[in-house]
Amino acid sequence: MSSIVGRKPTTTRGEGGPDPIALLATMMQIRRFEEKAAEMYARGKIKGFLHLYIGQEAIATGAIAALRPDDYIVTHYREHGHALARGLEPGRIMAELFGRETGVTGGRGGSMHLFDAAKSFMGGYAIVAGHMPLACGIALGEQYKGTDRIAVNFLGDGAVNEGEFHEALNLAQVWKLPVLFICENNLYGMGTDVRRVSAVIEVYKRAQAYAMPAEQVDGMDVLAVHKAVERMADHARSGQGPAFLEMICYRFRGHSMADAEPYREKAQIEVWKRFDPIKQLKDRLLASGALDDGRFEQMQEEADAVANEAARFAEESPNPPLESLHDFLFKESGDA
Amino acid sequence: MPEVTYREAIRQALRWQLQNDERVFLMGEDIGAYGGSYAVTRGFLDEFGPKRVKDTPIAESVIVGAGIGAAMTGLKPMVELMTINFSLLAIDQIVNNASKLHYMSNGQINVPIVIRMAGGGGSQLGAQHSHSLESWYAHVPGLKVAAPATPYDAKGLLMTAFDDENPVIFIEHTALYTSKGEVPEEPYRVPFGKADLMREGTDVTLIGYGGSVWQCSRAAQKLEAEGITADVLNLRTLSPLDREAILASVRKTNRAIVVEDDWEFGGFGGEIAAIIQEHAFDDLDGPVMRCSGADLPTPYNGALEQAVLPQEADIVRLVKEMV
Repeated sequence: MSSIVGRKPTTTRGEGGPDPIALLATMMQIRRFEEKAAEMYARGKIKGFLHLYIGQEAIATGAIAALRPDDYIVTHYREHGHALARGLEPGRIMAELFGRETGVTGGRGGSMHLFDAAKSFMGGYAIVAGHMPLACGIALGEQYKGTDRIAVNFLGDGAVNEGEFHEALNLAQVWKLPVLFICENNLYGMGTDVRRVSAVIEVYKRAQAYAMPAEQVDGMDVLAVHKAVERMADHARSGQGPAFLEMICYRFRGHSMADAEPYREKAQIEVWKRFDPIKQLKDRLLASGALDDGRFEQMQEEADAVANEAARFAEESPNPPLESLHDFLFKESGDA
Repeated sequence: MPEVTYREAIRQALRWQLQNDERVFLMGEDIGAYGGSYAVTRGFLDEFGPKRVKDTPIAESVIVGAGIGAAMTGLKPMVELMTINFSLLAIDQIVNNASKLHYMSNGQINVPIVIRMAGGGGSQLGAQHSHSLESWYAHVPGLKVAAPATPYDAKGLLMTAFDDENPVIFIEHTALYTSKGEVPEEPYRVPFGKADLMREGTDVTLIGYGGSVWQCSRAAQKLEAEGITADVLNLRTLSPLDREAILASVRKTNRAIVVEDDWEFGGFGGEIAAIIQEHAFDDLDGPVMRCSGADLPTPYNGALEQAVLPQEADIVRLVKEMV
């Protein structure tokens, strides 16, 4: 499909530790993709809701690199980064944001509902915490079949006060399901500071209440994320039951494109930008000599090229035919 | 043909599925050690073991959601929600996930789940345990809704539900579990979307599903003694709906009454009336009538509860006013 080279999943398990350059490249590609998406939204090419992942790239990147390619991903609606990190084609993701036939769900899903079942990417979901029971069920399915695949469930801090959060954690532990919950705590549920609405603001403590291993991680540090996820994924895979990671992070953009951000100070954003996950890793690699400015420039150009090509591919793709409107309401028995 | 109860007919279908399809497992509140709130799954835990028959926490949303997730991996879970009243706690999973995943994923994922629940009033269980909410589920594109009235239909429709690649809401009527009827021992299927014309007449069409089919039947018997004959149409499934059978009957009798335990306002009876007037208006001798539950919470007191539910006497009276 098109000239876009399908990116390989950046899985780095069993290769003597993660390749930081590959992690940096993935984060940069997510960042560029999201900036391009914002530009396309401003130009009216993308409609509806658009939730950007800018600032949180370390989590999807570090976590998914620490998984096996056949481990399931069940995620929230701020999920372009997860899809890119899992290796879905950038062009087909962008085409989905445009609502085009070539999109990963043929224009039926949109930004919040990316799916690629062949890559075990089981969807982005837009009802807060409503996807957590599904992750439990997918894990249950694999446990039932006796495989060693796990389900990884990304959720936001907004999910933790929903009943489904508690139902899911309890069932996962009671049935020892192979599921790893990763809460991306970006400190705001839409525009509401977690401190205003949560009786216990340390999310991982809530998971500890369900007797599962649960830790808090610096979600702006991709190497810390990778290390923690690798360890907790092993736990979930071992048959000992679920695990939980709370990733402290910060989104640099609004909740969605419609967010004027009246609820937080610009100065706060500037403080957090000092911990920009891309900048942090870049500085570290430059200091250690593993990266030089020339190579970084080149990576930036590559990320630009991928994002530009994705937008071109989306723009040139057709809309889904109106005649297909009723397709896929039901699966017919005997369909492949 | 052996005569068995509605409960036993459902048991037979579930047992056959567990014996013949490794992908099938059951999960729900108290379906294992307790044997099921309505004793449908009694003995199954001993026979099939805890992997196939799973007792769950009382947590309807995750019960249904986990069933959906397991179905997404190619299994065929049967989730029992005990009663339709408790399904309200799982409605996010049913409406936002089960019904939409095939469409939203552009056909990549499908959800072959069977969600069983008991519904209906008449047992003095009070307002929170007496709901008939079939129409809520029938309203949602992407769901199939079955509501068997007879033991034969219960077994055959449940077998069909397990064959389906899509989510099926299977609603049993609490008042029917001990009712009896002829049921073949061997497996068979009753197709979805094919109504059963249980009784034939010329003067009026009485349309029901689940428990209300029997109100229609008894009313038809009484009317026959007075020289009025009725078609009694048992819908079997609300979605898909056998429009052709409804319209064919109405074109013959020129009069129709929809009978349902559910509330009248915004209910399924209104939908059927709309379909008839849209497609058979010229065949009607008068308005399509509804004989539905009163638009009230169901009271506990026996006499008050019966006054809320549609009775055969109400149907007889309505028919006499129409013919």
